[in-house]
Amino acid sequence: MNVPAELRYTKTHEWVRLEGDTVTIGITDHAQSELGDIVFVDLPTPGRSLGQDESFGSVESVKTVSDVYAPVAGEVVEVNEALGGQSELLNAAPYEAGWLIKVKVSDPAAVDSLLSAADYQALLDA
Amino acid sequence: MSLTESLQTTPLDVAHRALGGRMVEFAGYSMPVQYKGIIAESRAVREGAGMFDVSHMARLKFTGEGTLAFLEHATANDVAKLGDHQGQYSLLPNATGGTVDDIIVYRYSADEYRMVVNAANHAKDVAHIRTLLPAGVTMADYTAETAMVAVQGPKAAGIVASLSDRSAEAEALPFFGTIDLKVAGVECYAARSGYTGEDGFELQCPAAEAGRLWQALLDAGVEPCGLGSRDTLRVEAGLPLYGHELTDDLSPIAAGLGWVVSKTKAFLGSEPINAARAGGTPTKLQGVRLESKRVAQPGSKVSVDGRAVGEVSSGVYSPLLDCGVAFAFLDPGVKVETPCTVDFRGKAEPGQVVGKRFFKRG
Repeated sequence: MNVPAELRYTKTHEWVRLEGDTVTIGITDHAQSELGDIVFVDLPTPGRSLGQDESFGSVESVKTVSDVYAPVAGEVVEVNEALGGQSELLNAAPYEAGWLIKVKVSDPAAVDSLLSAADYQALLDA
Repeated sequence: MSLTESLQTTPLDVAHRALGGRMVEFAGYSMPVQYKGIIAESRAVREGAGMFDVSHMARLKFTGEGTLAFLEHATANDVAKLGDHQGQYSLLPNATGGTVDDIIVYRYSADEYRMVVNAANHAKDVAHIRTLLPAGVTMADYTAETAMVAVQGPKAAGIVASLSDRSAEAEALPFFGTIDLKVAGVECYAARSGYTGEDGFELQCPAAEAGRLWQALLDAGVEPCGLGSRDTLRVEAGLPLYGHELTDDLSPIAAGLGWVVSKTKAFLGSEPINAARAGGTPTKLQGVRLESKRVAQPGSKVSVDGRAVGEVSSGVYSPLLDCGVAFAFLDPGVKVETPCTVDFRGKAEPGQVVGKRFFKRG
């Protein structure tokens, strides 16, 4: 499984990329593989404020439905509209074209408390 | 059943793990839900040939004086219509007009009949049948010593025939015909049937030789497929699944299976089933085609003009139609082509009531 070194992770298989005071959030390669073929993504409306660990949407595959959780608190500033018509982007490129939402974070330092790539890899190997 | 209880495995368990199959619990067995992916495997079956390990389904043999009369009483279809080496889709009805299981009955010869039943109902069926079994008829459960592989798709029958010792006869076998066949040197009881809406064979073979049969089919280009694509393909083909469209409490008439039920003989439960056929049922199974790709869950409400008219029994994403499709038990008055919505956790997804058969091989 692909676990890019520069990203931060959660135990619930989301990833986070911090740029300035905004994070991009998605689900990991492991998560998309476990879910199987993804057919629908339910995302929030920009402007919604999220608490840490709050469910902000769901990802539906041909097998199951899974909630996705905000790794850090903040306000949704953008959602990946492309997933509306092409949910398979989540399977094909979970760290690039398959990102879910961008959030302006209340406290950028909170990102530091998330799992490192090595920690997340260790979680997958356990 | 919880995963901490020990699961049964089929004779092909090693092959599934070697192929990277994602194993899940199903009916007490560890079974592959997918290898490459449900969509890819569904396409392989629609376009070429795929194979499913269905060894978990139970296989029974009936012999002895009075077997035909017993089967005529215990099953809904007309068993007397079968010639040697023919099979038929049928039901094990209960006394109250519901369904104990949906099954296939084969006449091997005048002295021997066989039955394939659902894995999830294996113990229940055997117990039910024992209560009906007359003296003189013997039931043998040969599930454990055999394996069963369903090879399905437009190229499936040709591939099985080409690997066999009787290729011309195998190729010419009619739908629901059966034949004793060596496939890649493995003795098989082969039936021209399946659960995908495609042509193909269901092959029963000795458990110890299942790996060799599976490998020969793999080498011939047959794609290994899991339970996920099997479910997708059977819904596309309009085929019911016990526990969803058929239960102990639902009339098979509601599920649209009147064609499986004899109109001429008396059998266990024939009176309530015939009454349902004559007087109608409170709900009727229909197809629902969604505009989106979402997978409707069993129990989800279906509405017409904001009024609840029934609920979903099975839902899948159809790679063939590129949308969500479902079966739903609806008020009998709801006609096909009626616009409807299906509830997804509070959001009404638009769709249309359609016939149950989303796919039919032309």
